Amino acid sequence: MAEKVLMKGNEAIGEAAVRAGCRYYFGYPITPQSELPAYLSKRLPEVEGVFVQAESEVAAINMVYGAGSAGARVMTSSSSPGVSLKQEGISYIAGAEIPCLLVNVVRGGPGLGNIAPAQSDYWQATRGGGHGDYRTLVLAPNSVQEMADMTVAGFEFADRFRNPVLLLSDGVLGQMMEPVTLPDPIDYDVNSKKWALGYKGKDKSERNLCTSIFLDVDELEEHNWHLYQKYQVMTDLFSKGEYKDFAVEEHLCDDAEIILVGYGIISRILKTVVEKCRKRGIKAGLVRPKVLWPFPSQVFERLQQTTNNFLVVEMSCGQMVEDVKLAVNGKKPVYFFGRTGGTIPSDFEILNEVDKIVRPD
Amino acid sequence: MKQVFSRPQSLSKKPFHYCPGCDHGVVHRLIAEVIDELEIKDRTIGVAPVGCSVFAYDYFDLDFNQAAHGRAPAVATGIKRVRPESIVFTYQGDGDLAAIGTAEIIHAANRGENITVVFINNAIYGMTGGQMAPTTLIGMKTQTSPYGRDASTAGNPIHMSEIIATLESPAYVTRVTVNNPANLMKTKKAIYNAFKLQKEGKGFSFVEVVSICPTNWGKKPVDSHKWLTENMLPVFKLGTFKDTHGVEKS
Repeated sequence: MAEKVLMKGNEAIGEAAVRAGCRYYFGYPITPQSELPAYLSKRLPEVEGVFVQAESEVAAINMVYGAGSAGARVMTSSSSPGVSLKQEGISYIAGAEIPCLLVNVVRGGPGLGNIAPAQSDYWQATRGGGHGDYRTLVLAPNSVQEMADMTVAGFEFADRFRNPVLLLSDGVLGQMMEPVTLPDPIDYDVNSKKWALGYKGKDKSERNLCTSIFLDVDELEEHNWHLYQKYQVMTDLFSKGEYKDFAVEEHLCDDAEIILVGYGIISRILKTVVEKCRKRGIKAGLVRPKVLWPFPSQVFERLQQTTNNFLVVEMSCGQMVEDVKLAVNGKKPVYFFGRTGGTIPSDFEILNEVDKIVRPD
Repeated sequence: MKQVFSRPQSLSKKPFHYCPGCDHGVVHRLIAEVIDELEIKDRTIGVAPVGCSVFAYDYFDLDFNQAAHGRAPAVATGIKRVRPESIVFTYQGDGDLAAIGTAEIIHAANRGENITVVFINNAIYGMTGGQMAPTTLIGMKTQTSPYGRDASTAGNPIHMSEIIATLESPAYVTRVTVNNPANLMKTKKAIYNAFKLQKEGKGFSFVEVVSICPTNWGKKPVDSHKWLTENMLPVFKLGTFKDTHGVEKS
């Protein structure tokens, strides 16, 4: 029987991770994600797990690289400036194809910015973030329940694709409390990956190697195209395959004259806006990407045939709007409204924007 | 006929790519011999650094991770925490360990991670073409200290063994060299001690090997070892700085 409790988003990630078989956490303190390491520092020892407070984010992500190389389900978490520091390690992890879960509880930037919620790390999250030609799978929850569910899904995707998975949250989702139905615990066997260092199965190859260096140009090109093909498989699975419905939520889009687009906490405000629009006779709909990379472009390609306008709302100066524009490909107008610096746009402000587009006079 | 010398089991058959006279090959062999003698080959995992020994994983017939520059002790921490039954070692140069990876080595040592670190100190960056290292001697000319290292602007040679020995957690910290056969045997003993301590779960062990870089020093191998003896050893004094469990006496 699944267990329903009241939890903060950051804590829900921690508990869900433990239940998904994660026994290793390496991190460095930063606001506004501190509840997560605090929770795991207490919880992991209860299940004979390991919590290490590293000397830096750089060290933490490299501990993740090591633990993932050794076959564990492993995670780290941080917030924007800390995630920038982790990018070196993420690039190595992606290159060496090591599964792991990364959490970014996004705060305002650039630089030290502030500790208020933001969505200004979208580009960093969806474009790889570090150096080289690679991708991370990016999941964007909008509730405490999804923080838990996507943590479990994130570990499964990471193992399936041998790729780092990034849970892109924000300071609101991390800090707010909601009821959450916790996933049932699973047993994860650290000896389940035969490519891992120290793997002990009888089918072990002569020796296992986790590396991202391919000095020979032909070898590296082959490796790059191998990664690319893996990303294509992921894109197909999330756009038209098994995970098509997981990747995106559509709400009242069929007859919509304007479609609002937002992810994470913004999508919940947009849902209110859609209801208010409908009450005022404006046929509004909502598209919420739940997976930010691979981006659910197919939904926009389809909806541009039936709607008149798109309005993208973000807590940034406009980042995801570029992906929406690429998907709509100039066939319908794509508008943008954003607030930054930790300011969360109100439904009233967004309604005004809708009015400007739909009822310009 | 009795065979008295052969390739250690823990070395692969791949020929070393190192420059003629380089000490890396010698130290690789010593590590491999120790792993064979301690009968831990099937459970030893190495972590290769960035630098000339970036391809160390090609030469050891062991499971290996190739880490980012300076991060090997953090990667080793992750591996060891997941597989405490494994023997985990890093192999790092002076740029890797004493410059970009200073935080990682100090804190792995301070946590007392039950790993072994072999630190090759040849006072120069080898792979990138001979730049000044944190361990470069005062007055020593390199690609990026063409007038000789000047303490007033570039600081002084950093003594990693002495620094690490100030920490409470490490079990074993020693500095050795392979400039002659007697010292080579002492180096092997030090590496043996370090791995033995790890095998017994006694904590962090650190072996600094003062080494040469004939190519970037611009000297012949024999002259390089002479130069090492006359110039490096007075600065980097050989000896054991910490031996909590008295492994050298046992």
